[in-house]
Amino acid sequence: MARSVTTQRKLTFTILGWAIGLLIFFPILWTFLTSFKTEGTAVATPPQFLFFDWTLENYHEVQSRSDYMKHVTNSVVISVGSTLIGLALAIPAAWAMAFSPTKRTKDVLMWMLSTKMMPPVGVLVPLYLIFRDWGLLDTRLGLVAVLTLINLPIIVWMLYTYFKEIPGEILEAARMDGASLMKEIVYVLTPMAVPGIASTMLLNIILAWNEAFWTLNLTAANAAPLTAFIASYSSPEGLFWAKLSAASTMAIAPILVMGWFSQKQLVRGLTFGAVK
Amino acid sequence: MLSRTLLLGAASVLAMSSFAHAETLTIATVNNGDMVRMQKLTEDFTKKNPDIKLEWVTLEENVLRQRVTTDIATKGGQYDVMTIGTYEVPIWAKQGWLLPLDGLGADYDKSDLLPAIDAAVSLDGKLYASPFYGESAMVMYRTDLAEKAGVKISEKPTWDEIADAAKKMTDKSTETYGICLRGKAGWGENMALLTAMSNSFGGRWFDEKWTPQFDQPEWKKALTFYVDLMKEAGPPGASSNGFNENLALFQTGKCGIWIDATVAASFVTNPKDSKVADKVGYALFPTGGVENHGNWLWAWNLGIPAGTKKAEAAQKFVSWATDKAYTELVASKEGWANVPPGTRKSLYANPEYEKAAPFAKITLDAMNAANTTKPTVKPVPYTGGQFVAIPEFQGIGTAVGQQFSAALAGSMKVDQALQSAQALTTREMTKGGYIK
Repeated sequence: MARSVTTQRKLTFTILGWAIGLLIFFPILWTFLTSFKTEGTAVATPPQFLFFDWTLENYHEVQSRSDYMKHVTNSVVISVGSTLIGLALAIPAAWAMAFSPTKRTKDVLMWMLSTKMMPPVGVLVPLYLIFRDWGLLDTRLGLVAVLTLINLPIIVWMLYTYFKEIPGEILEAARMDGASLMKEIVYVLTPMAVPGIASTMLLNIILAWNEAFWTLNLTAANAAPLTAFIASYSSPEGLFWAKLSAASTMAIAPILVMGWFSQKQLVRGLTFGAVK
Repeated sequence: MLSRTLLLGAASVLAMSSFAHAETLTIATVNNGDMVRMQKLTEDFTKKNPDIKLEWVTLEENVLRQRVTTDIATKGGQYDVMTIGTYEVPIWAKQGWLLPLDGLGADYDKSDLLPAIDAAVSLDGKLYASPFYGESAMVMYRTDLAEKAGVKISEKPTWDEIADAAKKMTDKSTETYGICLRGKAGWGENMALLTAMSNSFGGRWFDEKWTPQFDQPEWKKALTFYVDLMKEAGPPGASSNGFNENLALFQTGKCGIWIDATVAASFVTNPKDSKVADKVGYALFPTGGVENHGNWLWAWNLGIPAGTKKAEAAQKFVSWATDKAYTELVASKEGWANVPPGTRKSLYANPEYEKAAPFAKITLDAMNAANTTKPTVKPVPYTGGQFVAIPEFQGIGTAVGQQFSAALAGSMKVDQALQSAQALTTREMTKGGYIK
């Protein structure tokens, strides 16, 4: 009896899980399908799900109109660059706060987070002026700097919570055995914190990849990443939904593939601490 | 062998130095059919001007507006040519943000511009942006549905005539709705239609002392008419419909009448995308008891920011993209139906264009009926037809648009929406220093 209840519960949860998963995934699936439709079929009512004349016309058009590779390169440089610099700054900071907290550590953390509470448009003009004077407008360097600073609080917070989960006693034991600070970090802390660091890194690459305020407002022709590539296919006068879908599919494809391959790492990192 | 190497080396140095001398113009533009076409024809320009390279930045309209406004206001210098609307031109020209276009060359022929458009992009007789394509608003209706319903829409209809036809064309059992109008909140969305509609009912945004007029009977009449008509003969969920949503509805055969920008005519008559391509009739923007066809006028124009260091090259490009020869270039490559409409008299005098575009005459009539310097029957202190050309209008227009969209959705009564529009506009105009 007990066994059948378990199976039934399992079945319910599986179906529920799949249903929620599909619901969340549906917009992406719909974008993907629309990218293979003609503009006419894309707005047809009732919507056509699978049985339409599939066409690659939109991808062809998007390829011929925009320099996709330039945008991808910019996206990769900006998201990976800002994440790596962010990590280099955040690891020592999080380390210090996790293992040698002071009276004000919590306040410092809260202050860092508070910088995320202001709407970015509030500092657009001052930042734009600084960028103009320093010659950073429409450069990858400028965007890497801005995105590093914007994501830094999140990186510090995530790493801080991961590091907190590592028992201080282990580090103490290493010290007792005569490990230097460097050895302690490299051989003891790092291996234990790898899942946390990896998931922080992945999440930040995704955040930086999708960032669409600064990347649109501080770039023009040279440093524009994939967000600008998508924005160039949206139009208030004229139906370009199929082309917009093709551009969106191309823009999310690299990050989707990366997420797919690293999902094990990501899930492990995100549940780190919960399964202790 | 050595001489060949030397020769090759010299050639590549030459090539590189000529490359280094080439000026690069960065052009910000919106994503619509005519602009995309221009981008594809770049080669014609660069062939004629080998020392100028073109770099395109295409963005969605609202993103572009925010982007170029930040750049021009801070003199960021990221763009050498900007695509701007008739809303921006007078405001930016007054601020000294745009270069007056006095070097467009002898072939440009300013006198060929349609008078309404010329007035919209000029300040004190000087041209501050060159119109690329222009539009007004008009009635588009399904001739087959009108015939079936036994109604006839005249060339200069009144709102009552439109309402009567729309109600008769509606057949909810087949999901055919008599009328599709914009309902999505936004200064360039529902407020473009409702401002033009209020103009045609004799209303105005402000009196001569900048006092908002939403408490006046004209606005009440216009808004009540709009909400009632849409409830009876409009599609469900109309409060989230903008230009694109209505276009999709109309070209899939779900709308009897659609009143919107004239540029829509080229979409709904394109047999590739539209199911109703051969069944579309046209009429002027309706009137509501006064002689005013709404005064809807919009143009996308090419302007040159005052901060550019490449003014001469930029003017060369603007001239290429907006003179008569460009129209002929597009016609020779893509056919007359695809030339950018609504800017020049010569285009409408061209019999080939009239043949290719059956909506040419009505578009011209609609544009000629628009006067943005005197948009309303009663006197006003502002210019602009379906908008008010003051910097605050984007914010105020959108906020008022939200009230009216709520009235259409039924979550607010018409009186309530007008009251809160009046209150918020008064507050913002006082804050802006207009109301003393």
